[in-house]
This record gives sequence, structure tokens and C-alpha cells, in this order.
Amino acid sequence: MSENVYILGIDMLKFGKYPDRTFAQLGGEAALLALDDAGLGVHDVQAMYCGSVFGAYDMTGQAIMREIGQTGIPVTNISNACATGASAFREAWIAVKSGLYDVVLAVGVEKMPRGMLGAGHETGISLEGLFGSASMPAVFAESGMEHAGKYGTTFEQFAKVSVKNHHHSTMNPKAVYQKETPLEEVMGSEMIAYPNTKLMCSVNVDGSAAAVVVSEKKARELGLTRAIRVLASALASDPWNPRNPIMPDVNGCTQLAAKSAYEQAGIDPLDVSLVELHDCFATAELLHYENLQLCGLGEAGRLIDEGVTALGGRVPVNVSGGLLSKGHPLGATGIANMYEVALHLRGEAGARQVPGAKIGLTHVVGLGTASAVHLFEKA
Amino acid sequence: MTQTDTLAPRPALPWIRLDGPEPFVEGRLCRACGARTAATHLACPACGARDSIETYRAPTTGKLLAYSIVRRSYPGVPVPFISAIVDLDDGLTLKGNLINVAAEPQALPVGMPVRMVFGDALGRTDKDGASYVAFFFEPSA
Ligand SMILES: [Zn+2]
Repeated sequence: MSENVYILGIDMLKFGKYPDRTFAQLGGEAALLALDDAGLGVHDVQAMYCGSVFGAYDMTGQAIMREIGQTGIPVTNISNACATGASAFREAWIAVKSGLYDVVLAVGVEKMPRGMLGAGHETGISLEGLFGSASMPAVFAESGMEHAGKYGTTFEQFAKVSVKNHHHSTMNPKAVYQKETPLEEVMGSEMIAYPNTKLMCSVNVDGSAAAVVVSEKKARELGLTRAIRVLASALASDPWNPRNPIMPDVNGCTQLAAKSAYEQAGIDPLDVSLVELHDCFATAELLHYENLQLCGLGEAGRLIDEGVTALGGRVPVNVSGGLLSKGHPLGATGIANMYEVALHLRGEAGARQVPGAKIGLTHVVGLGTASAVHLFEKA
Repeated sequence: MTQTDTLAPRPALPWIRLDGPEPFVEGRLCRACGARTAATHLACPACGARDSIETYRAPTTGKLLAYSIVRRSYPGVPVPFISAIVDLDDGLTLKGNLINVAAEPQALPVGMPVRMVFGDALGRTDKDGASYVAFFFEPSA
């Protein structure tokens, strides 16, 4: 068993539309960038995990190896909704932590279909608009309105999340957008599913990200200068909740993963310097402040009002621009979140650097339901 | 008489029952732990007990827990409509369209009493030409 596990190299492609590139090309490019960042080559990699939602049936991991070098190592493809990338990373972490391997590659890659994402079980007829909506904007709107009903959270407070994250992304060249969106613009943009306007919905884009995960032994051999220590890796599925899945529950699952992560790391939520969390819709971000214990129950609205989670605040959230403005290629998102945290812990985040960042948290949650929480610190 | 005329309406969800004098929602109750669900499972999802599930007729009154006013949906789906989560009086949760009320946040206070009404599934028919029966919610106060 490896005492500690480290990220030695990590990188991502700028999120956007890549109609002329394959899953394997996008994933392969991120893999090579991550290997370069680690100072390693494909022959050093002993196992590989590939996360992709829409590419999972096509053996995308093996196709990536055909792009970067077919060394015959074990490759496993993973699909776990919006927690796909983080789940692939976690498998790499387990493989190294167990002592089986010293160098494992985790890749998350996605090419997104066009249009609105959603679910809905069918009888003989379409159920959308007959029994409410199964579209993602509406489902997350309802979760937000449950919070609003309990704590008085307002449309304006939800909209402020988008203002903040779009502002953050103006400093992130790898985000799909770099554009300020003032409050009036966010609240006045097309209403998709009240209270989520178009600018409060994450962007469907293509993208990829990759991480090289190594053992204590390997990290010491290669040097710890830029290594990131994995303090905790937690994954949860949805525990029993009487309303779920009629009303999909993203809270219980996230709370379980967060609790496990804090226990593994032996830290207090107040020790966290920055957070990259799953703002698939603006309504969701506020719920996760509480689920991740960044504040008490019912306090999320106050946090956004007081700028606590903006760059410069006590615990900046989604300084990358988040899914709302950096973009959300499902399978790539989890590892891209880790890339952002790694930049800050290494002090390489440029204009958006969180000063003195010591511990970073990443979170994703995918309906169905899977949530992953990871904690990292500079080695 | 065409074949369409002879087809009986079908339930739009598996837990809508049409074999009584009035349509109703059939709930499932775990005798071991009291959990209620609409869907069927191999064992109780709350406690894991097997052979503990009994069916019952769900009440038709409840309270609005949360909603979204949907203004853009999948292509071809008429908007706006109100997508509502309702906690029935016995604790069973259902999702449905909230009708006969303005699609405005001011008209939709959380906790608002609602009742379930059954009706044709907005004219939707399947490949056999059969019509369907759905439930909707409307304010009851
Ligand atoms: Zn039970």
C-alpha cells in the first residue's frame, strides 16, 4: 500500500466545440499534456482509466492509447454521469493506493450532443410536459425552489452565482467564455425554467482533462516540487430519501461524500482554501455550499450576498468560472476541477490565483446518482 | 368502428390504476419501516426488507413542495407549464403539472394545498392510437 498518493502531472484542453476531433484525439491530447507536466512518458504508465459518458460504449480509453502509444497496459472505461471524470480519477487513486501500481493515468473526455439534456421514463407516450419536466434546467430549478421554500432564498441570490462565476472566467483562458454578465443581464436573459435563466445553465461543450497519479515512492524518486497530495477521495451513491428519484436528490449523496472526505483528511471544512463544485445550474451552487459544509443550513444565500465565495472572499468557489462559464463536458469536468485546484496549490493560477491556497476541494454530482468529493494539498 | 375507437385508455405511468370506478395512484408501503414509493422494487429501498411491501390507494390531497415554471422544454413540447413536486398527505411524493393557476412565482407559495385530478394525457396517443390517462395537480383552497 502506498502511504500517500500524488498528482504529479495534470492538464486540460480549453473547453469548447471540437466538431473535427474524435474522443480519442481530445483525450489523447490531454493525456500527453499531463504526462509532459509530470515529466513522464507513455512507457511509464502502468494502468489507465478513461471517463466518458457519451464515449463509454466505444472503448474510448483504448482508442486514446492508440493515439499516444499502445503499450498493452490494462485500460478501463468508466461512465458515472457527471461524476464520470472524478470516478476515473478515483479508480486511479485506488490502484496506486493499493500498492499495485506506481504510475496510473486518468483521463476524462467528452463530446456533447446538441440540445437540452434530460431524462424521462417512457410508457407509450412522451411524458415531458405531462408530468412536469425531466429536463435538467427544471429539475435543478425545483431543487433550488425547495431551498427557497425552506430558507427564503431568492431568484436574485441564485442569479448572483452566475454573475460571480462568469466574472471568474474572464481570468481563465481555458474557459469557453470570458465575458462579464451583470446581474440585470443574468436575470433578464431567456427564462428556461424559473428560476434558471439561460445564463444560469451550464454550457454544453466538448473537452478533456487528464491526471498522472503516482505513489509515494515514485513521487519521492521524481521530486515533490510540483506534486499535489491527495488528502481524500470519496464517492457516494444516493442514500434513501423518500422523494428521490421522483424529485432527484443531489444533496444526500453530496453530503455523504463530503463527510467521508473530511474524515479521511482529518480536516475541518473551514480549513479549505478554495472549492471547485458542481454548478451545473446556478440554483445548485447554493445548495452545495451547505452540502459541503462551507456554511450552516440556510446560510447559502448570505454567503453569495456577502461575497464570501467570490475571489478575495474567505472560501472562493469556482474561480475557474465553474460549469456555468468554463463549460461542462460531462466526462471531463471532474478532472478539470482538479486541474484548477492544482494550479492554485502550485501558485500557478495567474490573475485568478487564490493567495496562499493550502487545501482545495473538488466536487461533482451526477443524477442517478453519484457524487465525488476530493481534497488536495501541496506536497 | 375503427380499431382506435375500441382501444381502452391506458395509464400514462405504471402506478396509475384504471381498473376501479375512478382512476387512482397505487402507492407501495413497507410494513417493516413505513417507507412509501410509487415505483416497484425487488426489496424495500429504504430498509432492504424483502416481502414487506403492500400496495394501497394514495390520497388525492397534498402540499406543494417545490416547482419550476418551464418556459423552454424539449422540441415540440408546449410551454409554459408548471412542473410541481407535491408531497401527498400520507408522505408519498409525486411530480406533475400544476394547472388552473397563474404561471407566476407570486401565485405559487410553497406549502400551498393542492389536489390530484385525473384526465386525458393532453391528447397524446401511442403508435396503436390509444389514449392515456394522467394526473394533474390544482390548487384546492
Ligand atoms: Zn422498508
